[in-house]
Amino acid sequence: MNTEKNIKTLIVKKPLKLDCGKTIKDFPIAYETYGSLNSKKDNAILVFHALTGDQFVTGINPMTNKEGWWSYAVGPDKAIDTNKYFVICSNVIGGCMGSYGPSHKDPDQKIFGTNFPVITINDMVNAQYNLLDHFGIDKLFSITGGSMGGMQVLQFISNFPDKSKTVIPIATTSSHSAQNIAFNELGRQAITADSNWKDGNYTSNETNPGKGLAVARMAAHITYLSKKGLQEKFGRKLQEREDLKFGFDADFQIESYLRYQGSVFVDRFDANSYLYITRAMDYFDLAKQFNGNLSEAFINTNAKFFIISFTSDWLYPTQENKDIVIALNSIGADVGFVEIESDKGHDSFLLDVPDFLNALKNFLDKSYEEN
Amino acid sequence: MKNEFQVIADLIEKDKKVLDVGCADGTLMKFLKDNKNINIRGLEISKEKVQECIAKGLTVIEGNAEKDLKQFPDKSFDYVVLSQTLQAFLNPELVLDELLRVGKKAIVTIPNFGYWKVRFHLLLKGTMPITKTLPDEWYNTPNLHMCTIKDFFHFVKSKDIKIFKSLALNNLNSSVINKSNLGVKNLFADLGIFLIEK
Repeated sequence: MNTEKNIKTLIVKKPLKLDCGKTIKDFPIAYETYGSLNSKKDNAILVFHALTGDQFVTGINPMTNKEGWWSYAVGPDKAIDTNKYFVICSNVIGGCMGSYGPSHKDPDQKIFGTNFPVITINDMVNAQYNLLDHFGIDKLFSITGGSMGGMQVLQFISNFPDKSKTVIPIATTSSHSAQNIAFNELGRQAITADSNWKDGNYTSNETNPGKGLAVARMAAHITYLSKKGLQEKFGRKLQEREDLKFGFDADFQIESYLRYQGSVFVDRFDANSYLYITRAMDYFDLAKQFNGNLSEAFINTNAKFFIISFTSDWLYPTQENKDIVIALNSIGADVGFVEIESDKGHDSFLLDVPDFLNALKNFLDKSYEEN
Repeated sequence: MKNEFQVIADLIEKDKKVLDVGCADGTLMKFLKDNKNINIRGLEISKEKVQECIAKGLTVIEGNAEKDLKQFPDKSFDYVVLSQTLQAFLNPELVLDELLRVGKKAIVTIPNFGYWKVRFHLLLKGTMPITKTLPDEWYNTPNLHMCTIKDFFHFVKSKDIKIFKSLALNNLNSSVINKSNLGVKNLFADLGIFLIEK
């Protein structure tokens, strides 16, 4: 699936004990960087990607030849200004863009498939922490990410309380809700119901469970948008036809759009990785790690938090983001919060939403000035 | 910066922790942060104003004082400031209690409905008063519970709230209010500023 030459990789020699009890070592973390690290090494921002993201944050993704997933927010003169900041992003473990995952081979040279250990958000950030040592960075200027990226942000600052000056979780939650677990389960069932899945032991592109993965993507994609956004963009518009065809082709534009989203997704994503990463999200419950008291997760950090949610995001709604604000306020932490008006749903954080991008830029730049 | 903010700032010592409830565009917060090294937080309901605060580098939480003050622990700020907003809440008493729970002290300012211009407006014109501090018409004013300096004075006394300082503000002049001059100040001040504690 990958052409390795475009992927920078750090081999982590140090053993990492996973939450499931297994230990991994000598494993690869694929990463990308943008901008340059200054001599004081105080301008680094670690970006965490969401479920289907990868290390190629901005510019042209060399693997897909499309714009990076956060091109609106990251780049020269953008909200996360790469003229000023050194941006690091790595593919999560369990992923399929070069980091250690189910499409890798086990020590016996057999592809892992579902023999890959189940990983958690905690495992992901513990693995990525090795990048700080790699770049000789003692303290990051900021950590940020949306959705599952936001979960990693929260877990990272909890695990490493003095390793970032600022912390920006976006459109996220501290505890994956029943509704979100349900949607993830729907996706996993679509994949495992595909006869090509073969208990995870598919090996070539021709026989992979592409149909199941496409359905998983289509279902998930709906959850990233808002009803209003969908209605305005597609309504009941027909797809390249004058009238209904009385059949099951894509009569409506929304059907065609979803089918397209499904088909392009399978070209770049591995079905087993989808199972692993959605599982990691479902297992995420930061408060539970601290006997139900979320505030305890942040008790040791002096970092400055800025939390952002979106009005039309029903997947990670404002209230779930506010719960994080409340937990931080109850221990007197330095926390700002804004809910951005947008009808673009959960995907708002990936799109051109000026109020969001301005807030992000202003927070970062003003905080950096105070350094 | 308006005179009211200068008077408020003078009531706060350096290096304190302060919450500005209804901080608007953060003018007072910025002044306190830059000039008095105050560890300052804001709570503001308007998304636009929150953005303006972020652009000034201020820590602000978008929220509503009636719902969101409860997340702050008891006495977690040295001062909580509420400028000309108490009368706009559905339940001012509850908000006042919350300010005094969250703050070791609170600074509350109120537009004075006992101000002579307000009284004259109603007496002579027979319509709802419009003044510099009360600029809106009756049908679009955010104010729900107008009171006079005298009302507020009696109210806090009845709740066993300690008044450290009460000041009457009229244009650029601020003067101390006490029991003996209360009637006069209630007539000639358009704003009352109270430093209180419970």
